[in-house]
Amino acid sequence: MLAAGLVLSVGAAVTVGPADLSMGTVWSVVAAHTGLAESTVPLLRDHIVWELRLPRVIAAAVVGAGLAVVGAVLQTVTRNPLADPYLLGVSSGASLGAVGVIVLGLGAGVAALAGGAFLGALAAFALVLLIAGWRGTLRPTRVVLAGVAIAQLCAALTSFVIIWAADPHATQSITFWLSGSMARADWTALAWAGVALGVALVVILWHARALNAFAFGEEAAAALGIAVGRVRWVLLVVAALLTAVLVAVSGAIGFVGLILPHAARFVTGPDHRRLLPVVALAGAIFLIWVDTAARTVFEPRELPAGVLTAVIGVPAFVILLSRGRDAAR
Amino acid sequence: MLRVDDVSWAVPAARILDGVTCAAPRGSLVGLLGPNGSGKTTLLRIVAGLLPAGSGAVTLDGDTVAAMPRAVAARRMALLAQHSETDLDLTVTEVVLLGRTPHRRSRWSEGDTDRAIAGQVLDQVDLADFADRKWQTLSGGERQRVQLARALAQEPELLLLDEPTNHLDIGHQLQLLHLVRRSGTTTLAALHDLNLAAMFCDLVVVLDQGRVAASGAPFKVLTPDLLKQVYGVDADVTTHDGRPVITYRRPT
Repeated sequence: MLAAGLVLSVGAAVTVGPADLSMGTVWSVVAAHTGLAESTVPLLRDHIVWELRLPRVIAAAVVGAGLAVVGAVLQTVTRNPLADPYLLGVSSGASLGAVGVIVLGLGAGVAALAGGAFLGALAAFALVLLIAGWRGTLRPTRVVLAGVAIAQLCAALTSFVIIWAADPHATQSITFWLSGSMARADWTALAWAGVALGVALVVILWHARALNAFAFGEEAAAALGIAVGRVRWVLLVVAALLTAVLVAVSGAIGFVGLILPHAARFVTGPDHRRLLPVVALAGAIFLIWVDTAARTVFEPRELPAGVLTAVIGVPAFVILLSRGRDAAR
Repeated sequence: MLRVDDVSWAVPAARILDGVTCAAPRGSLVGLLGPNGSGKTTLLRIVAGLLPAGSGAVTLDGDTVAAMPRAVAARRMALLAQHSETDLDLTVTEVVLLGRTPHRRSRWSEGDTDRAIAGQVLDQVDLADFADRKWQTLSGGERQRVQLARALAQEPELLLLDEPTNHLDIGHQLQLLHLVRRSGTTTLAALHDLNLAAMFCDLVVVLDQGRVAASGAPFKVLTPDLLKQVYGVDADVTTHDGRPVITYRRPT
């Protein structure tokens, strides 16, 4: 049912916007580009659907699904209900990387920005692992603390670079990027993000039962036959790499990776075999509609999606929280 | 049968275990006694394969535990901790099914066998009516019984209990150890309450500063002299129903 909801959401969200389009037009454009049918749609409309709106809607779906799944996994692996995809210092590293690219004038294009963000994210995560794993095992508390420390450092450096550069144009584009937006999505970035999401989902779903075994802590998981050290390494690295790619596509979009896993747990219970597929689809649908609202509600101005996720999401979560409690007791 | 042969374990500052040798014959309940910090928990973790022994060997029916892959070890040994906590909203059945994790045939789903065993072990700990209850609504005693059911669902040759009755009232303490006994599984149990140990254990092993101070049948081991030497307490030992009963004296 959720899968059908996702397909419908993609189709419907593409029709929303300044140029009036119908569902039928959207499907025939998609059919034409995938070679299923001859194109019957005028070139301008074809362009709006295929080059502007569809990449953006699919980007929202990929980013939403990825962030929600990564959040769910990190909350389990670190046994910290406040864990989110940015816990590992990845987003702050990405911001610093992107800002560095803009300010140093290494290029202002989408590719340069995304590349800088991705490299920054990887560097930050490598640093976190180095600190957390220094002379000891990779304990979750150490990973969390190292992540927080690196995030603070990167945030401070980012502010410094922005102030130092004192370029109003750069500052504006950086601020917009930091708040998170799908506006820059194109098919190349999407191909990368789609592959990353696909690989990560396979690895994570493969470990669904192992994740369940973490319910009573790591020692309990080990006593149930889980190779805790290996599982934790694999999942942390996969989570960080996927987040790095997603942040490069969309900037840092908060809330989705923190709250959606909790919301999904109210519906599915804590079993990861049900939780992970549901949270991925829910994250995709949620972010599609948030982004659609972000680009249309205050037309022609556009809000960063990261601002709207919280505005829309918090009331929805409060409703779930109160109803979930009634149902559980 | 479990054999612990000359096991030592040290941290840079201290020797936690020093040449510990003991055994648990098939079907027996062996009590692991000793003051706080005497090495009971460390020994249990080494036996469970969760901690590599510094030296010495632990074998289960002749197979070296340290050489077992984690999943194999978890099919042969199950661990019941002092107490288990989770924030997750699990049902009793979901908790018990965790015990089937090392036996999984499929990476994805439980089979009919798994569900049948879950029902059977819940029945064994007298919690058949609790299958659909939420873990968060259970009392401390019920939670420990559910964890015992989870451990039994692993179908272990050896049960390892780490002070499993610490947070329970006396009624639930007796009930839990009774259920362990009734399961007939070979068990090594770290216990604090010496009278409880005397009541349920076939053999006891007393650790003192990482060494075995005494081991054997409870009535042979639990003497006033040993209690003075190991715990530094004065006590009288009498006999009731053929079991030793310890009465402590106030420190003077």
